[in-house]
Amino acid sequence: MSLTPEIGGAHVRAVHDEFHGDLLEVSMGPHHPSTHGVFRMIVTLDGETIVKLKPVFGYLHRNHEKLGENTTYLASMPYTDRLDYLNSMSNNWAYALAVEKLAGLAVPERAEYVRVILAELTRLLNHTCLAGFLMQDCGCSGTPLMYAFREREKILDLFESLSGSRMMCNYQRFGGCRVDPPAEWLAGAQRLVDGYSAFLDEFEALLTGNEILMARTQGVGRLDPALAVSAGVAGPMLRATGVGHDLRKVDGYGVYPRFEFRVPVGAHGDTYDRYMIRILEMRESIRILQQALAGLPGGPVMDPKAKLRGFRPKAGEAYGRIEGPKGEIGFYLISDGGPNPYRYRVRPPSFINLTILEDMCLGHTVADAVIILGSVDIVLGEVDR
Amino acid sequence: MSAALPLSAASGANALLERLPVVLRDGLLGYLPESLRWIVSGLITIAALLAVFGLLFAYLTLAERKLLGRIQNRPGPNRTGWFGLLQPFADAVKALTKEDIVPREADAVLHYLAPVVLVALSLMGFAVLPFGRLLVPVELDSAVLYFFAAGAATELAVFMAGWASRNKYSLLAAMRALAQLISYELPLLLSFVPVIMLAGTLSTTEIVTAQGGWTLGFLPHWHVLTPWGFAGFVIFMIAALAESNRSPFDLPEAESELIAGHLTEYSGFKYALFFMAEYFGMCALSGMAVTLFLGGWQAPCAFLEFIPSYAWFGAKLLALLFGFIWIRATLPRLRMDQLTRLAWKFLVPLALINLGTAAFWFLTAGWSGPLQLVRWAVAVALVVVPFLLLGRRLTAGVAPRTYRYAT
Repeated sequence: MSLTPEIGGAHVRAVHDEFHGDLLEVSMGPHHPSTHGVFRMIVTLDGETIVKLKPVFGYLHRNHEKLGENTTYLASMPYTDRLDYLNSMSNNWAYALAVEKLAGLAVPERAEYVRVILAELTRLLNHTCLAGFLMQDCGCSGTPLMYAFREREKILDLFESLSGSRMMCNYQRFGGCRVDPPAEWLAGAQRLVDGYSAFLDEFEALLTGNEILMARTQGVGRLDPALAVSAGVAGPMLRATGVGHDLRKVDGYGVYPRFEFRVPVGAHGDTYDRYMIRILEMRESIRILQQALAGLPGGPVMDPKAKLRGFRPKAGEAYGRIEGPKGEIGFYLISDGGPNPYRYRVRPPSFINLTILEDMCLGHTVADAVIILGSVDIVLGEVDR
Repeated sequence: MSAALPLSAASGANALLERLPVVLRDGLLGYLPESLRWIVSGLITIAALLAVFGLLFAYLTLAERKLLGRIQNRPGPNRTGWFGLLQPFADAVKALTKEDIVPREADAVLHYLAPVVLVALSLMGFAVLPFGRLLVPVELDSAVLYFFAAGAATELAVFMAGWASRNKYSLLAAMRALAQLISYELPLLLSFVPVIMLAGTLSTTEIVTAQGGWTLGFLPHWHVLTPWGFAGFVIFMIAALAESNRSPFDLPEAESELIAGHLTEYSGFKYALFFMAEYFGMCALSGMAVTLFLGGWQAPCAFLEFIPSYAWFGAKLLALLFGFIWIRATLPRLRMDQLTRLAWKFLVPLALINLGTAAFWFLTAGWSGPLQLVRWAVAVALVVVPFLLLGRRLTAGVAPRTYRYAT
């Protein structure tokens, strides 16, 4: 039996020098336990070392952008839930922001606060899940993942009681939010936020100082800041390389300038930094949530001038972006004055962060490729759209 | 089985319980003609071992899932029978009724043989474990040697599985398995050489007998309670984790990397056989650890001797198995190069130094009074100092970090 069987043989590059035998090409995915959805990596291995990595995706392509051009502005809102299906609240906000820019709509102050609360809850949700999945990729037998999912369920319960759906929230509207969060909901959110630090402490006590985890992740998948910037990488991935770029500070959209929070940045750009930056970001999110819940003003959550039916923004173009949990999520819209956008385009952070996967993986082993992919934090719904 | 050992300090009730398995067997044998007794006696022993450890395997899978569940804030299997007690049988029925798929490209004979050989080899170790004062299936002068020779042969079966599947994941896993098992064979063997040095025998029965007796009636003379014995026990258990492919050394079947490693192309009952072999291996190595370091079937205190010896062996075995499961629920997995580095640069040197510590302990056996304290201090230093020095080198370059904040 040859190490390079006939199946897929066309991709296999054999190197016959005196130190190397044949290279082994392994197709990881789309049916693989740790590719985070239907993602496929064609890795060429020298022993267990990666000499070539080709990402293959598109298995989950659903024509999202063309659909957006053929439906009304409002009808696209539930579709945005399905982009990054962990973070529907953030996606909603980015899309609403783009349409509000296009149509020149104002958002009431209470709605802005509610949006911040929901976006930061989403960030907690996403980073908690990411940390759990990353530990699963590192070979923990589910314990961190289950701890993470316990907290995720609490946040999803809040989302469900507010919007009627756990993951596909469809909550934001152009000019505000769909429903006003009642006092009991706010009390529940406050309880969750108060208890979250304790969960993070517990999680970190189990993992952050673990020698095996540090040995597995430190120095693995190093990303150069210059490469990260030129590739358009955003979010925690970019901040882990030491570039302190956070749209909440740069753009100051919504009411973020009113809150006091810090932006943690890494120094090495490796997998451990990407993990730690997310943990530290969660701690900052808790601070923002405390301030937002304390300072939540009264009033309506919807701009009374905004109309949902017969919504036709005047001709023009707009780009709305927010700092999503995975990075800059943006929507670019061109209106020709009709009920549908003329052009509808998504800037998906997962997809753009994924482009530098091969650069991070070369020279590492298969086991490292799995945790590097895990630390990029992708959701295939957003990559393939 | 041998009934050669004297029953020291045994009351009547103790003796009855203690002798019960042997009495039952001899009662059965009494109905048979003399010429058949030797073979039936052997078959009864084999049947008893298969029944006990088969059942232990079944309930160990349940215990593992329950414990993992409790550690992870979930109930674990609880739908089949009371508290999920029938789950192992449901699993067995499922495994038996599943389609047995053999890949077209696979080497059918090797693919079929691998799980069978693996289970057969992993069962062989049980033959020499002293399960109780009177329960030693086979008395061998070189029992320890035999045990580890049989254990080392399982590597062949794992490689057979990986090779015969003709799957790239399986092949990668088989290469990993070989590298891992060969690396950890060495610290495993070196870790118990001091025991053989001090006990002066390779017979498991005599090693257990050497650990008998108590100081002041409650401090047992187990090897684990000496500095060299403790170090040897810890090295042995780490190597045993690796030898039985358990987390954090479960690289050959690393789910997140290699799908299921060498098990990828196995289904149905063959798949279950691999798990059976893993659990048998775990039980056998734990049993050997109990024998070598934890005093075998000896009771921890003199006044607890009324409990039958096989119960003590079972309790110690279960405690070690619980440790296996607890570790699995806690730790992330090592990478291949880190795994081999841990073996060659940390465990092997420590085990070699431990030989010296044991030699010192042996030479100073006559020291008493204040010299006894000196003896302990030197032996502890011989264990702790190399551990700290080697450990620092092992984790060099790996440290918690502090982070700055952008303004």
